[in-house]
Amino acid sequence: MRYTFSNRLKIGSIILMVVGAICLVTGFVTAPSSVEEAKAKIAAAHDDHGGGHGEVVDHAVADTHGNSHAEDSHDAGHDAAHDEHVFHQMQNRPWSALYVAAFFFFMISLGVLAFYAIQRAAQAGWSPILFRIMEGITAYLAPGGIIVFVILVMSVLHINHLFTWADPEVVKHDALIQGKAGYLNPTFFIIRAAIFLAGWIAYRFYSRKLSLAQDQSDDNSNFKKNFRISAAFLVFYLVTESMMSWDWIMSFDPHWFSTLFGWYVFASMFVSGITTIALVTIYLKSKGLLPEVNNSHIHDLAKFMFGVSIFWTYLWFSQFMLIWYANIPEEAVYYISRIEHYKLPFFGMLVLNFIFPLLVLMNSDYKRVNWFVVMTGIIILFGHYMDVFNMVMPATVGENWHLGVPEIGGILFFAGLFIFIVFNALSKEDLMPKRNPLIEESRQFHY
Amino acid sequence: MASKVIHAIYNDDDILMNAVKKVRAERHHIEEVYTPFPVHGLDKAMGLSDTRIAITAFLYGCLGLTVAITMMNFIMIEDWPQDIGGKPSFSYLENLPAFVPIMFELTVFFAAHLMVITFYLRSKMWPFKEAENPDKRTTDDHFLMEIGVHGNEAELKELLLDTGAIEVTVKEKNA
Repeated sequence: MRYTFSNRLKIGSIILMVVGAICLVTGFVTAPSSVEEAKAKIAAAHDDHGGGHGEVVDHAVADTHGNSHAEDSHDAGHDAAHDEHVFHQMQNRPWSALYVAAFFFFMISLGVLAFYAIQRAAQAGWSPILFRIMEGITAYLAPGGIIVFVILVMSVLHINHLFTWADPEVVKHDALIQGKAGYLNPTFFIIRAAIFLAGWIAYRFYSRKLSLAQDQSDDNSNFKKNFRISAAFLVFYLVTESMMSWDWIMSFDPHWFSTLFGWYVFASMFVSGITTIALVTIYLKSKGLLPEVNNSHIHDLAKFMFGVSIFWTYLWFSQFMLIWYANIPEEAVYYISRIEHYKLPFFGMLVLNFIFPLLVLMNSDYKRVNWFVVMTGIIILFGHYMDVFNMVMPATVGENWHLGVPEIGGILFFAGLFIFIVFNALSKEDLMPKRNPLIEESRQFHY
Repeated sequence: MASKVIHAIYNDDDILMNAVKKVRAERHHIEEVYTPFPVHGLDKAMGLSDTRIAITAFLYGCLGLTVAITMMNFIMIEDWPQDIGGKPSFSYLENLPAFVPIMFELTVFFAAHLMVITFYLRSKMWPFKEAENPDKRTTDDHFLMEIGVHGNEAELKELLLDTGAIEVTVKEKNA
């Protein structure tokens, strides 16, 4: 059956994009353009709160960033350095909001791509019925990836201050970053990003092509070829995804490092991707377009959501607990800054991403109930947005964070773009693969 | 409970499944089916209610978590809050990450073991228990359906032979 992109959804997604863009632009316009303006803003904010706690906040700022050279200089120098620092953070805010949302939606389609490749490489019998949906979602990979890439290029070109290591002025005074400059330098960074994106987009392109060719052909050579490139892609993906997480997320804190970070980011994108597959599937099914998708398929997707949510928590906790337990200062700063200034988002996301899915999706019957899966799915997606938020924001805007206009604008804009591209791609082909060798098993799938 | 039972023996699980459906459609009460391996869908065909063992496992898991928390809160925080390598033993929450591995393991331990014991008790399995096997062949490659007889012996026998039983015998119960 063919899906037609309904006008209502199309207009809805365009409205999301327009509203999101307006919010983002507002964010950029209202960001302070000079140190004086930033100071005035902070002062105004303190006046709003009665101004009583201004001194305490300033003190905390000085403490967390006490590693800078400002400590040696006299008071005036310290204040100036501090004002400059806050100014950069406030300027970073709309950029970070843009980046977090852009990366989050890109990561969903990358997670779906990984899931899709795994289903192909494992020759799973239950999922071929969902292949067109996964291919539709990964249609966002190329445009979404290019947007992220453009933001990365703008960052290394100094249009913003997202990556401190990209600023030669900072590197000049920072022996630690200098030591890492062999890896963390703008040219190599951009080349790596280009290679990652090219590899992922190329796999998506060929796999989709072979998948469609299989429907038209009279033998299974396309299917076999797709199996082989999927297996090869998974090897490539595992290496590049790990490096991508160092580059695009971990390098926001260039002084900090963690060995399981790649896995952690992977789990986050994997669970978001699977959740999105479930949500799109349930949406299309509710339109009567997927009569052969039964509640066992939904049950399997929900089982993946449940299992990978717990896997994500396992990695989150392993990373947190190892660092907390040993409490080596150079590692612990990462969590100290988060727990001090991001207490609610930091621990709140644990509730959203772990406790909620754990309790709701444990029951086998609930995993078959569409509205349960949709409700949990929305919460998981929001939780993983907060996860990316928590990974990026503390390094770029520090304690000047809010979940305000630019952040919501970023979510709305990219959600609209995502919906537009995904559902446009879904309307291009039949929703049911015709002669995949496993499609009959998938149709009959029952658990 | 009937005093006499009929034992119908089959040598194929597909035939058995169809026989079960047919016998149920004729409104005869199947007392038991003996099979050498799990036959998928047999419980549904027989109309057995779902198992609740997963629910017990969840409750046992909660119990295990409670035991872990209570135990470590008493030992590490209340009874003797020593400073061990600078870990904050002021409250349970402050030292929580260090307790999580034990909380997790005890939850799994309680859930798994108590569920298995529940299974043994509910299915009456223990060492030296006398096997309740009406026909030794059912442990190898035969399937046996046991139906109570309520004065309809000949008719029931006919029905069972129709469903493809290779052997039908009438037995006194508990003989």
